[in-house]
Amino acid sequence: MAFLEVNNLYKSFGNAQILKGVSFQMDKGEVFSIIGSSGNGKTTLLRCLNFLETIDRGSITVNGNVILDAENGITTPHLTNRLTFGMVFQNFNLFPQYTALKNVTLAMDLNAKNRLKEQNLTSRQRKSLLKEVCQTNEETAKNLLKRVGLEEKMQHYPCQLSGGQQQRVAIARALALAPDILCFDEPTSALDPELTGEVLKVIKDLRDEGRTMLIVTHEMEFAKHVSDKIIFMADGVIEEMGAPEQVFDSPRSEKTRSFLMKAKE
Amino acid sequence: MDFITVTQSLFEGFAVTCLLFVFTLLFSLPLGFLISFCTMSKIKPIKAVFKVLVWIIRGVPLMLQLFIVYYLPGMLSPTGINPFGKIDNYLYFNYGIDNGGALIATLIAFVINYAAYFSEIFRGGIEAIPKGQYEAGQVLGLTKSQVFSKIVLMQVVKHIIPPISNEVITLVKDTALARVIGVIEIIKVADMFASKAIIWPLFYAGAFYLLFVGLLTVLFNYIEKKLSYYKV
Repeated sequence: MAFLEVNNLYKSFGNAQILKGVSFQMDKGEVFSIIGSSGNGKTTLLRCLNFLETIDRGSITVNGNVILDAENGITTPHLTNRLTFGMVFQNFNLFPQYTALKNVTLAMDLNAKNRLKEQNLTSRQRKSLLKEVCQTNEETAKNLLKRVGLEEKMQHYPCQLSGGQQQRVAIARALALAPDILCFDEPTSALDPELTGEVLKVIKDLRDEGRTMLIVTHEMEFAKHVSDKIIFMADGVIEEMGAPEQVFDSPRSEKTRSFLMKAKE
Repeated sequence: MDFITVTQSLFEGFAVTCLLFVFTLLFSLPLGFLISFCTMSKIKPIKAVFKVLVWIIRGVPLMLQLFIVYYLPGMLSPTGINPFGKIDNYLYFNYGIDNGGALIATLIAFVINYAAYFSEIFRGGIEAIPKGQYEAGQVLGLTKSQVFSKIVLMQVVKHIIPPISNEVITLVKDTALARVIGVIEIIKVADMFASKAIIWPLFYAGAFYLLFVGLLTVLFNYIEKKLSYYKV
């Protein structure tokens, strides 16, 4: 059984049908890039996987766990499944009032607090446990920021960082919650061209570590080099899916061919 | 009339001004916060009702609202007795407080009026927060209340400090309206001198306002500076 199974996803906004039956499977450690013109459902697909949109039909299974199954009424994830996916946004969406370090630790700490609340503990026990956890979290966060090359910037606020640095903080923030599958929604689209390299390098390193990742991108060269498979989406369906060489060099679909021609220009 | 006597009287009036100012803020800020959520409610009737209320409150002169709050309850009651008059008497005979009823009526009118203005400022501040901030919090597994308290709220505060400081400064001077229903605040005190043909205390009263607003300006500048370590 595949690690991630996406089955027949449908999503519409009002009368606009955005996803019209999207299905694919990926194994643990694989990297898939999703390409296609704007408005063809790439971002919506990622948003559905991250529960930012509610799916109309279809199901999502990770590691044998049914995460969503619209036909059986599971349209919001169970609490324990909420962090199955991680998301890196196009516009970073860092929290401006916190330092880089706090951006990474905030959710770790609050999630720990939520978990401790469910346990039967006295408030003193809870406090001391939480303190311990927060200390470990800080160490984890520091290591993550080191890994994305921001050792020197931990105490900086987002407004003091370049776009590339902000996006790297956002990646560290997503990694901090140890998601099974990390999603990137056009991670370099909001960056100046000279800053895309540093972000792409981090993603490449993550691939080398064996992270399972889904990347929506317009960086064709990058997608070709980093991905195990390319998904080309058109009109709310997967028009073509295959190994990068196959999709880029000898696309089977006419739509893929014309999209790649346009992308090259 | 000597300077010291006038100063003393003006300070007595100014104490009432300050009292109105402090208590109006104390109640209107939280009430405005609640109203802002009502005007943003997903439940259409609640939203509509509060939008209309805010329109009325912001659309009618504050002075008129003072009259309405002060006189309407008496006009509607079957006995025709103004409840604020009763409160007046009660506070006077039991505690020796003068015009207590009028003061309470003023507070009610001010709190409602300022809450309406504050609610619009809060609404603007909350709606200015990009959707991405909520979404980032959501994908990081935070609860809705955590997203609001840990992520959104501080950014809202930064957004609304300048318009709030405007309203607060306006409130200092709006307290002078309370005299129309008999509250003896600083302008009323100065005016009582003026009716004896001593005009200068009126100008002198202006200095009290200037000083007070000056202090508030310094305070708000300080808060803005404190929050300037990040950009929204």
